[in-house]
Amino acid sequence: MKLRRTMLYVPGNNPNMVKDAHIYRADSVMFDLEDSVSVHEKDAARFLIFRALKCIDYENTETVVRINSLHSPYGEDDLEAMVRARPDVIRLPKTESPEDIMEADEKLGILEKKLGLPKNEIKLFAAIENARGVVNVSRITEASDRLVGVAFGAEDFVTNLHTTRSREGTELFTARQEILLAGRAAGLHVIDSVFADVNDEAGFRREVELIKGMGFDGKSVINPRQVGIVHEIYTPSIEEINHARRVIRAIEAAEEEGSGVATLNGRMVDKPVVERARRTLELAHVSGLYLDEIQEEAAHA
Amino acid sequence: MNLIRTGKAGTLESSDVMITVKGHSENRVEIKLKSIVEKRFGRHIRRQIEDILERMEVNSALVDVDDRGALDCVIQARLETALYRAAGIQSLRWEEIQ
Repeated sequence: MKLRRTMLYVPGNNPNMVKDAHIYRADSVMFDLEDSVSVHEKDAARFLIFRALKCIDYENTETVVRINSLHSPYGEDDLEAMVRARPDVIRLPKTESPEDIMEADEKLGILEKKLGLPKNEIKLFAAIENARGVVNVSRITEASDRLVGVAFGAEDFVTNLHTTRSREGTELFTARQEILLAGRAAGLHVIDSVFADVNDEAGFRREVELIKGMGFDGKSVINPRQVGIVHEIYTPSIEEINHARRVIRAIEAAEEEGSGVATLNGRMVDKPVVERARRTLELAHVSGLYLDEIQEEAAHA
Repeated sequence: MNLIRTGKAGTLESSDVMITVKGHSENRVEIKLKSIVEKRFGRHIRRQIEDILERMEVNSALVDVDDRGALDCVIQARLETALYRAAGIQSLRWEEIQ
């Protein structure tokens, strides 16, 4: 199971943040060549991220680069530089149509071939940041085999919608649902938007709990302080792990008796319940925190 | 690569380096280095800058380097940016950059 609970934004022209991007243990770091870089520094940021990716070992952290739009004066140079630097993923900003993805896919293919790189080595992430993108999202998520995920960009989205972000996130609800459904249907990871107020920890926690409950795989984060909070909320609790183990034991016992359905504490345990339990245990396993306890319990079972 | 104007890149923030390049009046290469790690890495930084200038075929350059503890790859990126700006080149020449 691949984790994308956190994608940490790193401004592309800041060497201090670029060199230490991976030490906060976000699942992915996203070097930004787009909105956080002024038009006068696009060339500098491109050179900096190109060189950083070629010389810094980011260990197991997934490297993502948000390039400028391919329809901007910077996008094509960004794309070629980044293919040569070979990050794991290119994130396309403000994706509005499947054609945006197909165009990037085609250009990536041409560059990979020219440079002798393996086909489809570099993956794509689509960012949905306006109403048009939301309306077209189910076609966007099906547009390329390179796509591994779709991300929601709420700041641009609310601007496009002529509103602002509220504490409750009512204005984002439909967009989040649409993006989540389209991403799930296409088998992609789905990442929620950033939460801009880094000092509002309670508000941030509330939002992470909300989007986890909705089904998102994770969240874009803008400050290293937010990484641990997201991971904590996404890591199954001891109670959830123990419940998942009881579900698995119950269904295994039922299967031994030739049945595909069991009962646990008066509630039916069938295929979807078992699937959720397996996912909980797998998530705990890849999160690493409760591995010992899981093994210990399995030995007693 | 001919430097037709002054090119500048980088900042004076920690882990960065500010590099200014322009053509040299005596048609040679001269590097003025100020670094917080000059005693330990001064020679290394100078050699790195000379190598990049040679690779990019820059034969006349006055290079002013104000280093705040930048990694090699940051120095390289900032010098390449400053050189491209000084040469007025928009499109990237990958055969030189790689």
